[in-house]
Amino acid sequence: MSAASDPVISVDDLCIRLESGEAVVEGIGFTVAPGEVLGLVGESGSGKTTTALALLGYTRPGVHIDKGTVEIGGQAILGRNPGALRTLRGTVVSYVPQDPGAALNPSMRIGEAILDVLRAHRSSHVAKDSWRDALARVDLALPGFERRYPHQLSGGQQQRVTIAMASVCEPPVAVLDEPTTGLDVVTQDRILAELKALRDERGMAMVYVSHDLAVVAEMADRILVMYAGRVVESGRTADVIERPRHPYTRGLVAAIPDLGHRGTLRGIPGVSVGVGNWPQGCPFAPRCDHAVAECDSAIPTLDEVSAGHHVRCLRWHELTVNGRDRARPSSPTASDLESVRGGDSTGDVLDVKDLVATYRRSHTGHPAVDRVSFTIGAGECVALVGQSGSGKTTIGRCVAGLHVPASGTILFDGAQVAGAAKKRPLETRRRIQIIFQNPFESLNPRHRVGSSIARPLRGLMGLSQREADAEVTSLLERVRLPKYLSQRFPAELSGGERQRVAIARALAAKPDLLVCDEITSALDVSVQAAVLELLKELQRDLSLSMLFITHNLGVVAAIGDSVLVMDQGSLCETGPVDEVLSAPTNDYTRRLIAAAPRLPDAALR
Amino acid sequence: MTGRLRFLSTTSGKIGFSIVVFVLLVAIIGPFVAPHSPTAPIGVPLTGPSSHALLGTDYLGRDVLSRLLYGGRSLIALAAAATALAYFIGLLIGLIAGYTRSMADPILMRGIDVMLAFPPILFLLVLITGLGTSTAVLIIGVAAIQAPGISRIVRTATLEVSVRAYVEAAVARGENGVAIVLREVLPNILAPVMVDAGLRFTYSILIIASVNYLGLGLQPPNSDWALMISENRTYISLNPLAVVAPAAMIALLTIGINLTGDAIARALGRSYIPAIRTAAR
Repeated sequence: MSAASDPVISVDDLCIRLESGEAVVEGIGFTVAPGEVLGLVGESGSGKTTTALALLGYTRPGVHIDKGTVEIGGQAILGRNPGALRTLRGTVVSYVPQDPGAALNPSMRIGEAILDVLRAHRSSHVAKDSWRDALARVDLALPGFERRYPHQLSGGQQQRVTIAMASVCEPPVAVLDEPTTGLDVVTQDRILAELKALRDERGMAMVYVSHDLAVVAEMADRILVMYAGRVVESGRTADVIERPRHPYTRGLVAAIPDLGHRGTLRGIPGVSVGVGNWPQGCPFAPRCDHAVAECDSAIPTLDEVSAGHHVRCLRWHELTVNGRDRARPSSPTASDLESVRGGDSTGDVLDVKDLVATYRRSHTGHPAVDRVSFTIGAGECVALVGQSGSGKTTIGRCVAGLHVPASGTILFDGAQVAGAAKKRPLETRRRIQIIFQNPFESLNPRHRVGSSIARPLRGLMGLSQREADAEVTSLLERVRLPKYLSQRFPAELSGGERQRVAIARALAAKPDLLVCDEITSALDVSVQAAVLELLKELQRDLSLSMLFITHNLGVVAAIGDSVLVMDQGSLCETGPVDEVLSAPTNDYTRRLIAAAPRLPDAALR
Repeated sequence: MTGRLRFLSTTSGKIGFSIVVFVLLVAIIGPFVAPHSPTAPIGVPLTGPSSHALLGTDYLGRDVLSRLLYGGRSLIALAAAATALAYFIGLLIGLIAGYTRSMADPILMRGIDVMLAFPPILFLLVLITGLGTSTAVLIIGVAAIQAPGISRIVRTATLEVSVRAYVEAAVARGENGVAIVLREVLPNILAPVMVDAGLRFTYSILIIASVNYLGLGLQPPNSDWALMISENRTYISLNPLAVVAPAAMIALLTIGINLTGDAIARALGRSYIPAIRTAAR
């Protein structure tokens, strides 16, 4: 497949199955040359992580490698006994996990953790300060750093430590499993820079797994797009991103919010097919706009479009490069903005003045939020951006009445509101609603979806049980979920579905102001696009005002009218989204914009 | 849904539950089917099994089988009442301490530490010495021994659950604390509490049995499994069944409860621990 003469990774016909025989990964094959980065892209459940783990000869419990070969540096990985695999892991192929906080041993000091890797693979007589080089390589050569424990590190530092651990034995290959998901853009940018340096200095080959095409586009030389356990498109990054042939790849590209482009995003309709539910024919056909009858009869073959560019679609000949799916205006017109703001502004819904918020156990002595003032007009969506720890979530919590400010005032519709939700009148509580970041925690796992949505209907709207039940059905419809979901428990729902339920619960109270706290950061890019699309529509139909907290500038461009940029507890720049993103005046804003991963312009037009 | 009885799908759940049902049936129905009076002598003391007395006679010539059939009720009822009372107190203290995160927490928890410092049996013996022995003293005493540990577990579980977003959503709706605790917190701490409940109940049985055995709980001529062991232990070589049979009943009950508790906890755990790791993040 690859033109590379002497690949360091070569995978052929890899099939991975559940114990019950259902395929998780089917017939995957690829090669990676030394110093090359291969991006493995797909939604959750596409089999990308399973494939990546197979490079280490590892499968999750309940899953086994059925057939195929994996060779790294000329050595076969599969079929080895556990002892031999242990020797290879770390020295020939290493792994950087998604969640470094969970991957580092919390009771082991950083230096010790790095030495541990060396001791396992070299002799036991490893120089006591060998961690020094490893940490220096990821820019963590700070005095006393090796004495720290993982919990004393920021998320970005933790991830750099896992990268140091993965590279300390100088393996020729590293597998990176969403290494920057959950990190803010500035930190992400830094991690990507470290990884590029490792690749350039050591000629390390990398397999980079992610659901975010924008990040992969920045790192990878070649991209493999996976859907339902198969490769649906593969090729050089420029080919796949700028001239995608498969409707799924196009959907992924169109779903990426970009900070340079305002306007509609397109999510991919439907949900990713689960393992064991793969249809007879093309697994993407049920979600595909271009599907025809033949698509359901057999799985298409992987055809060559041009040198090194392959696609698994019956109709790739017809789906030419010009037929782009992206529906976005080049720039919003003044009337567009006016209509979004609900025409004549009737005054500010929210007016925050000199807000100061502190945490009792703060070590810095620095307030989390320091004299922040802003307003949100009726029907306006104000985006609040900043790195993690900048205090943006605290502002949202103050507005929702979950954190009592140390000083400052919050005026809602001209009237001052109490700090704690409990002290606010029912009407205020009803009119301000909050949606939380983590869809896995925002719904009570013990209550059925319908009961969760009915709660504000009963408590805040004063409906009877029967009225509430009827309303639940129409709310589910509103967020485009089938009504039978009201009888399900949250554990039976996907992340995107849960977040829709959380939106329905917030809408139940017919709020005027919606506080959205990073509500899409835990979701796949395609699901994020669909949720943003839904929110915009709701905002327009219900003339909602929104405080939208995010660290993703692309999301800001997609949904915000104006933007507040936060740095270390204070606002450093505010203004309309177009002005701030196109002509930032503040240094910090410039850094945020520079760090945001973006697709090449060619892909956006 | 297959809901509430799902714990029966595991082998250990089936076995444990069957054992518990068997012992409870013996205790409840026993008195109605007992062939003799539990207190009247029916023959020569300490004879072996015969057609007249299936498990032989005890040291006073009473029928061991009849005493066995009568002897479960008091022990199980006392232990159940004591455990229920302990849970009432423990849940109350634990939920308050864990949910409010106010000054109540450190104050309650230091009090709990003091309680935990007493050796349980000694505590009960002192209580009985001071107040005399009665059903109420036994129940309150055992509950007082159990409640501190329960409140510890409940508090820890509550601390963890009460920072979840669904609890905060309820706070933002302005719901009152009691409603939030009952609706949002309590159902989500049941898994750890259920495992604990099984262990606690068995422990209550063991404490009460110990006190009865020491002669400080139920008094003769009551029939009670623990009392039976105590009365006949000197004559174990003459009619071993008079000791072994009641001991086996207590052992069966504790094992059965533990197996069932484990199975329930596992079934509860599976239904609500979301597959966070497999989700996109």
